[in-house]
Amino acid sequence: MFWQLLANGLVTGSVIAIAAVGVSLVYGILRLVNFAYGDYMAFGALAAYELNGPLGLGIVVSVLFAMVATAVLSVALDLALWRPLRRRRAGFMSLFLASIGLALVLRQALLLAYGPQPRTYTVDPYKVYVVGSVRLSEAQFVTIVVAAVAIVFVGVLLSRSTVGRTMRALADDGALAGIAGVNVGRVIAYTWIVSGLLAGLAGVLAALIQTSFNPNFGFQLLLPVFAGVVLGGVGSAYGALAGGLVLGVAMELSTWPALWGGGVDPVYKPVVAFVVLIAALMVRPQGLFGRARFV
Amino acid sequence: MSALASGDFWAFVGVVAGIYTILALGLQLQFGFAGLLNFGQVAFMAIGAYTMAILVVKEGWSTWLAAPLGVLVAGAAGLLLGLPALRLRSDYFAIVTIAFSEIVRYVATNQGSLTGGSQGTIALGKVGEAAQYNGEWERFQERVQDWLGIASKDVAMLLIVWAAALVLLTLVWLAVRTPWGRVLRAIREDEDAAASLGKNVFAYKLQVLAIGSALAGVAGCFYAWQFSFFSPDDFQPLLTFFAWMIVILGGLGRVWTVPVGAAVFGFLFAGTRFLDFRPLSYLSGADRAYLRLVVIGLVIIVLVLVRPQGLLGKRDEMVLE
Repeated sequence: MFWQLLANGLVTGSVIAIAAVGVSLVYGILRLVNFAYGDYMAFGALAAYELNGPLGLGIVVSVLFAMVATAVLSVALDLALWRPLRRRRAGFMSLFLASIGLALVLRQALLLAYGPQPRTYTVDPYKVYVVGSVRLSEAQFVTIVVAAVAIVFVGVLLSRSTVGRTMRALADDGALAGIAGVNVGRVIAYTWIVSGLLAGLAGVLAALIQTSFNPNFGFQLLLPVFAGVVLGGVGSAYGALAGGLVLGVAMELSTWPALWGGGVDPVYKPVVAFVVLIAALMVRPQGLFGRARFV
Repeated sequence: MSALASGDFWAFVGVVAGIYTILALGLQLQFGFAGLLNFGQVAFMAIGAYTMAILVVKEGWSTWLAAPLGVLVAGAAGLLLGLPALRLRSDYFAIVTIAFSEIVRYVATNQGSLTGGSQGTIALGKVGEAAQYNGEWERFQERVQDWLGIASKDVAMLLIVWAAALVLLTLVWLAVRTPWGRVLRAIREDEDAAASLGKNVFAYKLQVLAIGSALAGVAGCFYAWQFSFFSPDDFQPLLTFFAWMIVILGGLGRVWTVPVGAAVFGFLFAGTRFLDFRPLSYLSGADRAYLRLVVIGLVIIVLVLVRPQGLLGKRDEMVLE
């Protein structure tokens, strides 16, 4: 039971972690808490559905298509909305409110286009992988493998590549990075691309593990993702990764019957995420990986 | 008769605008005067409404005792949230408040024995019985109707809600003109400077959070009375965003801009209901509802881009940053 819950937690946690990195990268560089990110994810999930559902293409091709489509959306929205706001030197509050407006527009536009009915990808729901005492459905198995690859890829990108290093430099101190010759405009564009790719991926994976989804589901995903970002320390991409995994595991393990009082009722899993978050912030207000000077 | 020409319909729009005014007034005090980013305002509205309804149905309390207690409990919830959360940086605080409002909605949905669960207040009483919490309120409303000699129930409600809103607006307006209000503005402008003058910044923030939450509790009671039924779905985070939009629409850092923002928002929200002319009439009712929210989202974005101080805001006092 414990190992099964841990495995489920890693599945949920890796999806949260991927999305949390996407949110965190943008926050680190643009100081933008993107409230519309959940709806970017829903957009990705629906883009994959276009190929996987009616056309019957494989899930892997669909995921790749969804990632590219979401990255295109992400860059287009930067040009249409975020860049004009940057020109006006909009602060945290303006950006946050604009992202709330954008979240409304995106979600309702998706509802207009697709309607509220739930959708399901064509994967075999009865195929089960058994590892020791742990049983994983095909959707969970795909998720854990793809997420692991993506997490390693993001880690390498951030730590080894020039793009990743300039991103982190910009997040650390934008003015200094600019003086040191970093092409700020280009790094911002790369950031939106990476963030969009991650949103598309996380959206499809989230839809896959919860078996059915509708255009509304992005918002429900958003809050655990934000919790992951904050837990890791806002603006720290590695922190977001860790924060997402910790939350996913905590949410699943909280339902373990061997816990005090027989574990938490599964409907309260999202509440567990926030209780963990609030408790952690009491101890370390800057987040697990945040630095105290940002507080 | 078309709804556009119906007096009752516009009275209803006015009632909702009045309730939003009270809800948004709390946010204006918190953000416009003290700089607090509360994105969980709807939670306190829910707490006020549920406390009132539960006490009336389950404990048999009079509405006139249950409602003030609902307001107090909402204020106390703000206090309880603030004790840990106000230690956080402002953007973390914003996220924690949204989280709190979702937790309240989760609990209301899943603790059926306390709240009636997702079926709403109708399931508050015994099994198979449709619970009612607003009998006393409706008798009061009828008495007001008789006394003023008005035929329409909606018009009576309109007058009651706006009378309450005016009293609360006046109280807040008076409060922010006192030294207490000046300290709030000092905290908004520069927390460290206010602290260095010996002001207990944390205590002031806590007070403002509690007062704003209590105002949301008042809005919650009126909401409950107006609709005579509610469920956890009525307290989606969307409502908090509407209240924010009202505050910004009207203008930041001023009290009397709140009813203006609420009236404009109410008109916009109700007005987009009439987007039923061609070619929009080809869309189904549900699709038009989505379209309305697209329009509202676009208005928020355009406002942030074009007029960050709101319609009547003072640019030199406070601009959205």
